[in-house]
Amino acid sequence: MNKYLKQIKEGIVDQNPTFMQFLGMCPTLATTTSVSNAVGMGLAATAVLICSNVIISLLRKFIPKEIRIASYIVIISGFVTAVELLMKAYLQSLYDSLGLYIPLIVVNCIILARAEAYASKNPVLPSAIDGLAMGLGFTVSLTVIGSVREILGAGTWLGLPIMGDWYTPATIFILPAGAFLTLGVLAALVNRLKAYAAAHPRPEKVTAEDVAVLPDDVVTDAPSDTDTQDTNTDVPETPVSAETSDTANAPETEEDSTASIDTAKAGIADTDAAKEETPAAEAPAPVEEPAPTAESSAEAVPTESTTETPTESEETNDGTAD
Amino acid sequence: MEQLIDILLLMLSSVLVQNFIFAKFYGICPFLGVSDKPDTALGMGLAVTFVITLSSAATWAVYYLMLEPLGLTYLKTIAFILIIAALVQLIEMFLKKFVPSLYQALGIYLPLITTNCAVLGSALLNIQNGYNFVYSVAVGFSAAIGFTMAILIFAGVRVRLQFAETPKSFEGMPLVLISAGLIAMAFSGFSGISF
Repeated sequence: MNKYLKQIKEGIVDQNPTFMQFLGMCPTLATTTSVSNAVGMGLAATAVLICSNVIISLLRKFIPKEIRIASYIVIISGFVTAVELLMKAYLQSLYDSLGLYIPLIVVNCIILARAEAYASKNPVLPSAIDGLAMGLGFTVSLTVIGSVREILGAGTWLGLPIMGDWYTPATIFILPAGAFLTLGVLAALVNRLKAYAAAHPRPEKVTAEDVAVLPDDVVTDAPSDTDTQDTNTDVPETPVSAETSDTANAPETEEDSTASIDTAKAGIADTDAAKEETPAAEAPAPVEEPAPTAESSAEAVPTESTTETPTESEETNDGTAD
Repeated sequence: MEQLIDILLLMLSSVLVQNFIFAKFYGICPFLGVSDKPDTALGMGLAVTFVITLSSAATWAVYYLMLEPLGLTYLKTIAFILIIAALVQLIEMFLKKFVPSLYQALGIYLPLITTNCAVLGSALLNIQNGYNFVYSVAVGFSAAIGFTMAILIFAGVRVRLQFAETPKSFEGMPLVLISAGLIAMAFSGFSGISF
């Protein structure tokens, strides 16, 4: 039993299809405009992934090697059609808002990759668990991205207004450009966490204090939200313009900005490592655990995004200084 | 004449306003995967253009001549993905035998195209919008040109990014995604134009 829990943790954290493997980018970017769309897409893909893994694993001795990819695609598209028809019958509004991306689950690289790399080589039960693990990993990542985009872009979470009247929604996060930017910043954050985890294998419980201290700092330091929006859109341009305009000065400014980011992000890394730590510590709990972790990471999102702002504004300062 | 102008406007809109990469997110995997050099990006773009144009015609014919009369329209996803897979295989064999130079140029990219959601997406989109045969082929072709343009522009950006010193956490995929976001922002300017 423990083996399967470990497999599920692998799928959600260590082998996360979105942030670790960068598979299935089309639905990740396209359907995360709101949390409900993101969860719907994630669960639809999970259902297809589990079913196709089971069937492919059952048929693994009968499918000839030469035509295996074509066979997998037919099996997958059969399940996708079933999911599409079920959704049309029972979840009409979700069906309308996801639109063409439901039939496009057929060409989602995660499903074909798991069929080829896992289900075609392993017995039925591990394959089903693998499908569940990868699907949950995909759903969790989509939910996190969807939460960031919906909170910043519309000021709501799951349709509930949570930001209050003072917040002017930054529509850019709902637009396609916001999808790329959000995923890019989150992927950088994950990189940072990975580097931190590699440098400090299993940090002690001291991090809990850091969590208690940091939010206060954030509240006092955080600039007004219109500023946040501006810096977010401006920041990534600085490296590009520095690089194109004068290459002679570029290395110095670049070094400065990396140094400031390192110092500023050191604080963030602590809190995030603590967040990371909680699901890992809870891993030997019952199977239902993954859902709560998804919620906790989603709730953590607002602080995450505000903690980013100091570093990013510093970076713009560097850019404007020269 | 009026219809010709209509088609031309539709083609322009599917290149710029409804761009596959930056507005619809079709074909992001090859877009991120093979955009590190301009020549490979061009090769991929041409291969995709070739397949999308042919598959738009083939899927239109199968849908309206076979699936609809038989009342099997719910099978369209399965039918289309099989047509695309078979078509890619056929094109590969045809090019290998009769146009070896083109096969040399596109060869490695062709098998990847089967699982490119741009191809299936454009086929499904043609059906959803109810285009006739000429419209389907024209829109498929121009959308693929839009894909090629996007991937070429992005390859140019990535070549320059290789020499940039970046913060450690942003190395690799994050930087690529953020630059794609900036280009997408530029493309979203086109959405003000409505045809």
